[in-house]
Amino acid sequence: MEIPYTVKPRPDTGLYNAKVGIWLFLASEVMLFGAFFSSYILLRVGAPDGFWPDVATAWPHGLLNIPIGTFNTAVLIISSVTVLLAWASLKEGNLPKFKKFMAATILCALGFLAIKSYEYNEKFTHYVIRLKDGTAVTGHLDIDGKSPRFWSLATVEAKKLESIKVHVDVPNQFRYPVGFKHETHEEAEAKTGGHGGGHGEREIKTADIALLQAFIPKTGTFFAIYFTMTFLHGLHVLGGAIVMAYIAFVGDGMWKTDPERYTNRIEVAGLFWHFVDLVWIFLFPVVYLL
Amino acid sequence: MHTATTHAQAHGHGHEHAHEHHEPGFWAKYIFSTDHKMIGIQYGITSLAFLFFGFLLMLAMRQQLANPGQPVPFVGKLLEKTLGADAASGGVMQGDLYNAFGAMHGTIMVFLAIVPLAFGAFGNYVTPLQIGAPDMAFPRLNMASYHLYFWGGVVMLVSFFIPGGAAKSGWTSYSPLATLADMDRAINGQTMWLIGMVLLITSSLLGAVNFIATIIQLRAKGMTWMRLPFFVWAQFVTAFLLLLAFPPLEAAGLMQLADNVLKTSFFLPTGLVTSGGPVPVSGGGSPLLWQHLFWFLAHPEVYVLILPAMGIVSEVIANNTRKPLWGYKSMVYAALGIGFLAFIVWAHHMYLTGMGTKISTFFQTTTMMISIPSVIILTALFISLWGGSIRFNTPMLFALAFLPMFGIGGLTGLPLGFNASDIYLHDSYYVIGHFHYVVAPGTIFGLFAGVYFWYPKATGRFMSEFWGKVHFFGSLVCMNLIFAPMFVQGLRGMSRRMYDGGATYFGNGVDPGVLWLNKFITHAALGLLIFQLPFIWNFFSSLFVGKKVESDNPWQATTLDWQTPTPPPHGNFATEPVVYRGPYEYSVPGAAKDFIPQGQKS
Repeated sequence: MEIPYTVKPRPDTGLYNAKVGIWLFLASEVMLFGAFFSSYILLRVGAPDGFWPDVATAWPHGLLNIPIGTFNTAVLIISSVTVLLAWASLKEGNLPKFKKFMAATILCALGFLAIKSYEYNEKFTHYVIRLKDGTAVTGHLDIDGKSPRFWSLATVEAKKLESIKVHVDVPNQFRYPVGFKHETHEEAEAKTGGHGGGHGEREIKTADIALLQAFIPKTGTFFAIYFTMTFLHGLHVLGGAIVMAYIAFVGDGMWKTDPERYTNRIEVAGLFWHFVDLVWIFLFPVVYLL
Repeated sequence: MHTATTHAQAHGHGHEHAHEHHEPGFWAKYIFSTDHKMIGIQYGITSLAFLFFGFLLMLAMRQQLANPGQPVPFVGKLLEKTLGADAASGGVMQGDLYNAFGAMHGTIMVFLAIVPLAFGAFGNYVTPLQIGAPDMAFPRLNMASYHLYFWGGVVMLVSFFIPGGAAKSGWTSYSPLATLADMDRAINGQTMWLIGMVLLITSSLLGAVNFIATIIQLRAKGMTWMRLPFFVWAQFVTAFLLLLAFPPLEAAGLMQLADNVLKTSFFLPTGLVTSGGPVPVSGGGSPLLWQHLFWFLAHPEVYVLILPAMGIVSEVIANNTRKPLWGYKSMVYAALGIGFLAFIVWAHHMYLTGMGTKISTFFQTTTMMISIPSVIILTALFISLWGGSIRFNTPMLFALAFLPMFGIGGLTGLPLGFNASDIYLHDSYYVIGHFHYVVAPGTIFGLFAGVYFWYPKATGRFMSEFWGKVHFFGSLVCMNLIFAPMFVQGLRGMSRRMYDGGATYFGNGVDPGVLWLNKFITHAALGLLIFQLPFIWNFFSSLFVGKKVESDNPWQATTLDWQTPTPPPHGNFATEPVVYRGPYEYSVPGAAKDFIPQGQKS
């Protein structure tokens, strides 16, 4: 006996096996990401809002690049459309058209990942610096014109730097006092040498620094959950892209031997791809906008 | 991998399969098999080995409880040599080792022994046979599922031997304890535990998808939902529990892994201080979050443990009372009810966390509600016995013992479900007694019943009835001597966490009078070990000397699994089975025999 309904749908359920399988798998994925979103909510309601005392313990806003995130959302939505058109092309029996749309889908996926990597790098070179006098700043380090990644206070001390140059972020938005020592806007501007909200340069003595940390997962719970959720989502994008590239450009011999099964494969891969897109549709507003 | 390839081709063009068919080699047949029966047997052997290993861990702990500070007999030197003097100096079990063994006993028993045996082994072997399918819906996924399970187990075992030893924060791995233990080691037992768990979770996820798809899609012609044997229903609900409850633990596991490796603070609160000073983390996390995510899996997991056993017991009871199951439909609906309610009772494990009385009240109510469907199933099985001419063979003895043992386990759970009484009983030996009654003489007896029941189908030979009865009566007595005294100890206030059995704590004249039971329980546990030896001997020797079966249906059973050749070949059925009737048509008035198989037209 052979396993039935691997290609043709079972009459009473109207589904072939793989379609049942992928829907069940997606149900479990909903629970997986659902747990992360629930954790996000719980961690967030338990955290002080805004920038007090600093980004390491509070729940910061505005640190993610919204235009880039919006663009990436569009990239992913377009890829969801192209994968659908690819499947429709197969239904029409048009393999070259299918391959074009699949190529577009995979390019979108890779583009999404490239943009995400750029954003990650942006975070890894972005620092929170807490001084011993209780104030804190965020900004990019300027070490001989370079913007290093993943430094900590230990790195600065190991390199025996007396002081470091910091491009401090827009004062109003990113400068904030620690503890109860509030600074006025003018004081802050005076300190950073800012000119009405531009990036100010500031020389900070190593001896004054209490904490120096890049925006990496351990810097605070916001970064922890941001990186965990987007990385897990990124892995899904990567996995989906690899599988779709394999089906479309390596395993396309099946189109000749068993076109219906081949079309089903694209449908199943497409369902997964729509899900990955859908997760991002929730992820984007939650971590970028709210 | 060769079979896998031929198999894949066979999907595409089935007509070529017939003349390409040849006997696969050793690796393809026994290791990389895609046949659900071989995978079921792989699961069975591996999980039985883990079951025994987990039992030995517990024996070492029991000896420490009975004789605190004495070297572990026989293996003390070996423990010192393999695990280091820190863990077992002079062969004496140290506190850390006791904690590690305790955590790993729980982990191994739940995730590596009983679930794989109940779901992986019996589910894989029997489910496709009972629904009249040639295999699982996704055979290669099935193979991957076993291999992930196997490597998850290997990771867990290896963790005993790394510096610092295995995970030692309980099978529940509560944060921040789980992250702070061995925090100075880059790779510690807890990290290994989490990696192992991610593998195991992925394994059961693939298994769950496969089971549900198989049961929905591959039912034979005429096998309507209400003609499914109860065993299949139990596996179906179990699969849904695994599918939907495990991912949150996977999420939690990944977050705790990040806490351990990347030093994040998902579960570490602000202002965490240990004896070594402030913990150098950002803080801001929530230890309660871990507990919620953990128990969101771990409570449904209880029903993952019990439902397949109920399924096996139902098959064995219907077969050996020669009667239809009483209230089959209500049992099915009860199982579905359990499946639903299982998702909304988890926080009854957390009454003492201070999550608030309103939330406690909600979970207390749902907890009381879920006892109703469990009682429906148990009652239906009891009533099924009424007026039957019962055959007291070994599988039936185990199935019969399951009923009162699970009953005791379930009823003693009620005081734990009420938050007022739970405040006193929480974390005491009473809790240990309660859930071991459910799982040890409950589920494991159900699984033993299944081993004795389906052994003839898998091997073509019976297991010895004599050694089976020795195994049964010895185990029944010892199990009760082990777990019943724990209720007494717990009610007298003995905490479950004391590695010297309470000798230090209860010294100076506040002895509650139950410490002597430690020795008593340990002796009973040794007895239980002795009574497992006949089973091990019986299991292997019957392969060669067991009484041969005279027909494909040695128990005169009705379900489709007994209408296959013995042992079933690849593809299972000689001809495509068609189902004409319900699963338990025993003793139908006016019929020629006292059973009518599901595939028999009239």
